[in-house]
Amino acid sequence: MEINILIGGAAGQGMETIMNLLGKTLVREGFGLIYTKDYMSRVRGGHNFSRLRIAPGTPWSTVESVDILVALNEETYNLHRDNLTPSGRVIYDPQLFSIPENENRGIPVELQKLAEEAGGKVMANTVAVGALLVLIGLETPTVEELLKDTFAGKEGVAGKNITALKAGYDAAARFCSACFDLPPKNEDGKKLFIDGNQVLGMAAMSSGCRFLSAYPMTPSTGIMNYLAGKSPDYPVIVEQAEDEIAAINMALGASYTGVRSMTCTSGGGFSLMVEGVSLAGMIETPIVVVVAMRPGPATGLPTRTEQADLEFILHSGHGEFPRAVLSATSHEDAFYRLNKAFELADRYQTPIFFLSDQNFADTHRSVEPYDFSRLGYNRQLAEEGSLEKPYQRYRITDNGISPRALPGQFENEVVLVDSDEHDEKGNIIEDAATRRAMVEKRMRKLDSLAEEMDEPDLYGDPHPEVLLIGWGSTYGVIREAVDALIALGTKTAMLHFSDLWPLPQKRLRSLLAEVENSYCVENNAGGQLSALIRRESGLSIGGLILKYDGRPFLSREIVEEVQDDL
Amino acid sequence: MTCKAEHYIIGETAWCPGCGNFAIREALAGALAEHCLESHQVLLVSGIGQAAKIPHYIRVNGFNGLHGRALSPAVGARVANHNLKVIVESGDGDSYGEGGNHFIHNIRRNPDIAHFVHDNQVYGLTKGQASPTSDPGMVTGVQVEGVTVSPLNPLSLALVMGAGFVARCFSGEKEHLKETMKEAINFSGYALIDILQPCPSFNKVNTRGWYKKRVYFPEIEDPRDWSAAMDLSRQWGEQIPLGIFYNNPHRTFEESRAALEGEPLSFRPFDPQEMSGLQEEFL
Repeated sequence: MEINILIGGAAGQGMETIMNLLGKTLVREGFGLIYTKDYMSRVRGGHNFSRLRIAPGTPWSTVESVDILVALNEETYNLHRDNLTPSGRVIYDPQLFSIPENENRGIPVELQKLAEEAGGKVMANTVAVGALLVLIGLETPTVEELLKDTFAGKEGVAGKNITALKAGYDAAARFCSACFDLPPKNEDGKKLFIDGNQVLGMAAMSSGCRFLSAYPMTPSTGIMNYLAGKSPDYPVIVEQAEDEIAAINMALGASYTGVRSMTCTSGGGFSLMVEGVSLAGMIETPIVVVVAMRPGPATGLPTRTEQADLEFILHSGHGEFPRAVLSATSHEDAFYRLNKAFELADRYQTPIFFLSDQNFADTHRSVEPYDFSRLGYNRQLAEEGSLEKPYQRYRITDNGISPRALPGQFENEVVLVDSDEHDEKGNIIEDAATRRAMVEKRMRKLDSLAEEMDEPDLYGDPHPEVLLIGWGSTYGVIREAVDALIALGTKTAMLHFSDLWPLPQKRLRSLLAEVENSYCVENNAGGQLSALIRRESGLSIGGLILKYDGRPFLSREIVEEVQDDL
Repeated sequence: MTCKAEHYIIGETAWCPGCGNFAIREALAGALAEHCLESHQVLLVSGIGQAAKIPHYIRVNGFNGLHGRALSPAVGARVANHNLKVIVESGDGDSYGEGGNHFIHNIRRNPDIAHFVHDNQVYGLTKGQASPTSDPGMVTGVQVEGVTVSPLNPLSLALVMGAGFVARCFSGEKEHLKETMKEAINFSGYALIDILQPCPSFNKVNTRGWYKKRVYFPEIEDPRDWSAAMDLSRQWGEQIPLGIFYNNPHRTFEESRAALEGEPLSFRPFDPQEMSGLQEEFL
């Protein structure tokens, strides 16, 4: 009992408007859903589409089959008609193209004409939402309410949209009313309808991040947009840097001077930042770097997904210094995990990486509201009572963490940081003994940092014969593959890493000793987690299930690869 | 504290005897003393190079960052704590070469930062290659046929980009340098001083004597006259003008951001639980 909707058209036709309106409506009505985007790197034209899956609970991934296809142009129909289920229907505008009579699944709705009659062609999307609603048997009041919220203060616009909505509803009702069964509603209260970048933006704001400097780069830009949108009302500054080099250096200056700071980018932009990453390690200044991965090398596939920058992040920056690498596995977890990144950055005074990807960044899901009392804001700054004077920024300590003071925090005390090797005061040195002491001091931080890493999430059969190992945004799709394999009679479990470096190994070691068939499931061509596991633990993962065509996994593909191999 | 220049001078320098950096450091210490700025109220940001070592030789807060990147952390510092006096001090290679993009865009941004460029028209720390401001014809170990590219004119560029404070000084005119630094530090917005200085080790053309013979103080009637400033900025050769060519403040980066009004962001309290309202828009 689930409904899969696909809306497609050319860039600029407004698929997002439709999906946002429909998705939010469904979530307000209590349905669980996921909504993913597949779009091209262009502003107009091409073929873009979005999938919306409504299923019991909250679905973790979308599927290929389509129950309702909203084809805003003929290309969409031609590309996706073969994925229609036997009872699938197609909403299309008969003024733009026609579908053969004998297919008997068309729902012709004159989207543009009805929109013009309601007051403007721009509302063709609202007409389409009306048509979709009647097919899934939902009434219009929730959407009407949403339209009034969206166009608050512009009653005329809201009214016209409501007219367009009803026109679409009535037009489609002549062909099919409630011909798809919605799954049961979730009865456990209100849910958020939110995408990955919004989750990270809200997490940064709620972690006390007060400065984001970045250069726009898909698919990370949504984080920038989110924080910038808050800057008129909250004490947060978003600065669009002239390049990524400036972005990370600005963030480091702000962090050194005292605010939680972050930058966000994708692989190409991150390439420009690595000099700054190394600086952060040397001057021991906290910074959170969110890298939303997309396929490379170079410009690659700008709007698509991949997990191919793990190795790059692990090794980024010249020289040796401690770092941690965390990743976004689900909307539920990522909110708290980005807060953890800020906490670790302040505690260990070193760069902390947070890996996302297009698949996570652009995907909306319905999720429980977050518990803000779980968030930390521990700045770990030096305090007057315990401050040893004169203050020394790089005082050697047992755990390698030096008391951190801010410029201007203490009367007549100064804070000196240097990208050259330095002594405890921060002054340039070249002697071997001080160099050795400083390297050891910095690297000592790794010992306790390793203790902070969460073991990977374990899900599925308690005594598996098949173990799927993954990291990052593939959490949901692997989880659905586990469920499917169990349903098919294969005892399967998954081990999914959120914290990647320093690599937590306890659970991995105990499971791999027991399981016969293990696979790393990764959105890359090299099996980077598999290589990391081998390097760090000496353990070999049996097989690799890899995908590197720029598209996220489908659970079906994982299931088939496991079945073929067994 | 007592506001004395000696208070700020610390450390044993890595500079060559006769280097213009010494006079520049003394002028800076004098300017800080005469403004009576306490060490913890000032932040000196630099990049890499001989001039960029100055945070080790002046007792204030210091951020000795990466080559060419000094302006960027300085802007970040102003965001975090706009009560700090932020001074960027670096060489010509750092400021105009490696950091050229940041130079251009921070003039547009107009943060309240004083930028003092030690311009000796040569690379010191890498031992004598051409810098962006080297005169054509200068022969070096790398530019073996002499410099063939046109020099970058920092003052004209700054004026064209809309900088509000544009000045040229000479390390050999220390009193004038100190007074100009004082004005730049108090200027609201981005203030550039291009400071000519000899490099006795590597620049055998533009020596102390070479500069001394050419520099002069023109009469500047109206420091808000952009065209007159532009004319002065283009004078080079037999006569090299010194002074504040342009002084005309406009809206700063900090003034244009509402979040920066009041208490510095660094010292404002925060409680994550007060942010839970953020999720309402997603319901």
